[in-house]
Amino acid sequence: MTLVTPKKVILISALLTVLLLGVILLAVTLGSVRVPFRLSIQILIQSIVGGRISGTDTEQAIILSLRFPRAILAGLVGAGLSVSGVVFQALLRNPLADPYILGVSSGAAVGAIVALLLGWSTASLGLPLVSFLGALMTVVLVLTFGRQDGKIHPNTLLLAGVIIGSFLSAVIMFFISISQREELRTIIFWLMGDFSLANPQTLLTVFPYVLGGCVVVYLQARYLNVILFGEENALQLGIHVERLRLISYLFASLITAASVSVCGLIGFVGLIVPHGSRLIFGPDHRLLIPASALIGASFLIASDTLARILLAPVELPVGVITAAFGGPFFIYLLRTRKTMKVL
Amino acid sequence: MIHVRSISFRYHQDWILQDVSFQIQKGSFIGLIGPNGSGKTTLLNILYHRLSPQQGDILLDQIPLSKMSRPTIAKRIAMVAQETHILFPFTALEVVLMGRSPYLGHRLFESSKDLEIARKAMAWTETSSLSERAMDEVSGGERKRVFIARALAQEPELILLDEPTTNLDIHHQLDFLNLILSLNKERGLTTVMASHDMNIASEFCDQLILLCDGKIDRMGHPEEVITRETIERVYGCDVGVDRHPVSGAPRIHLLKK
Repeated sequence: MTLVTPKKVILISALLTVLLLGVILLAVTLGSVRVPFRLSIQILIQSIVGGRISGTDTEQAIILSLRFPRAILAGLVGAGLSVSGVVFQALLRNPLADPYILGVSSGAAVGAIVALLLGWSTASLGLPLVSFLGALMTVVLVLTFGRQDGKIHPNTLLLAGVIIGSFLSAVIMFFISISQREELRTIIFWLMGDFSLANPQTLLTVFPYVLGGCVVVYLQARYLNVILFGEENALQLGIHVERLRLISYLFASLITAASVSVCGLIGFVGLIVPHGSRLIFGPDHRLLIPASALIGASFLIASDTLARILLAPVELPVGVITAAFGGPFFIYLLRTRKTMKVL
Repeated sequence: MIHVRSISFRYHQDWILQDVSFQIQKGSFIGLIGPNGSGKTTLLNILYHRLSPQQGDILLDQIPLSKMSRPTIAKRIAMVAQETHILFPFTALEVVLMGRSPYLGHRLFESSKDLEIARKAMAWTETSSLSERAMDEVSGGERKRVFIARALAQEPELILLDEPTTNLDIHHQLDFLNLILSLNKERGLTTVMASHDMNIASEFCDQLILLCDGKIDRMGHPEEVITRETIERVYGCDVGVDRHPVSGAPRIHLLKK
């Protein structure tokens, strides 16, 4: 594969954006209530351009208040989890790392549940913040217990992540066992991963975290390439390793926390999208980060659409769909070992 | 060029290096020898400021390393480690381009000038044909050369090599050492090479530093350092020492009991 240049990054990103727009249109059109394809697109475009909007009030509401915000939210979360997975894999130098496996999302979920039990609504700005604190505390814990002699050993760190993740699952179980009935429903919603509460306000809550986080992480892209060769190599090339780690961990956690805080735990996205993208576009983070973000967005929107229509009118948790794709795909990667040499 | 002033270093309790002082002249080719655990790798790591000594300091043209920023150091001192694990399939050219990192600052992409420098470094190390190959597919000897090319792309004045010939067969050892020698002699690249192989160090280096238990036991011309008495004292074993039949450099050989 030829070198990654700004031109190449822009070109591929543009192509993947077209794909993403296509997936969004499909997601808006498909659903248990039939709204004709042309009408759906008309409603969308007219609402953006302004002026009179076609269709009945119900149709407009389904497209503009339900499906479209939901698709955008799924896209943001898909992009966020994918980029966050890319970063964790690079920093830990472990292809198995993803925000979910390291327990960061469980930490974020515990934070979110605590916020819920305190009576804060899912739409308030405080909830993502508490969720973020939960994620951050998990990162600190995992980093503390995953280190030996002040140095990060990837396997120890992974083990620490798994153990702390399991512990946090127990904490979640504890909260479930002591919670009242109506709280229980909301908590279960978190754990299954679901976008049905998407509304313009949740969108605005997540958007700055995901976008800001992705931009900051992208600015580290060249350094992340080098750190894949280990801390020693990064120091040889004059990179401030500690600063890079701090910024990347912090912002990847911020993205994860924001994502989890609005839709609960969705597994596999942060694992298979980075690997799939690496398979297609190579390991250079300057291309990998935007490509993973756009593919992750498309993937999660498509998964959520499937979750809505597969057993309509019953909705499946989107985590079931991502796992159904993710499990087999990961087995395939294991067998071919195209993107990872150390498993 | 480099002035090491009585440095001492420890990780925990025990001193790994104790009161080590020496100077590196511009254009010299220094061999760092000594038994396992004598502190060779630690010293190299200190020379590029990966580790900083608890006592003493290192001056690079009169300026202490501890006062210089990491990129500034990386523009002047390059290090090639013993082994680098390749996790993801970057191509050789991509790896060499990473050598431009200290010059890029916050820029995300290399310029055409960076690419030119990287390609030149690959031409010198005869790795141009590997440009598009993934690093996890090339052989050990080729990989070493690519990392030398990366170091050259840093345009350093000093290159540090940690056991560069381990795991290479004699053909690749010779190719590699001649490459380093020509970079040293023709381009004036100052070189410090840690090596277990005293015969290689003796043959290729102008000067040797013999470390023992974190202290400099001897330094100077190979003839001054590699003597039967010194080897017996430092390594605790009896060896034969004679001269290389062609170059005349001192040569050790192992004796059976």
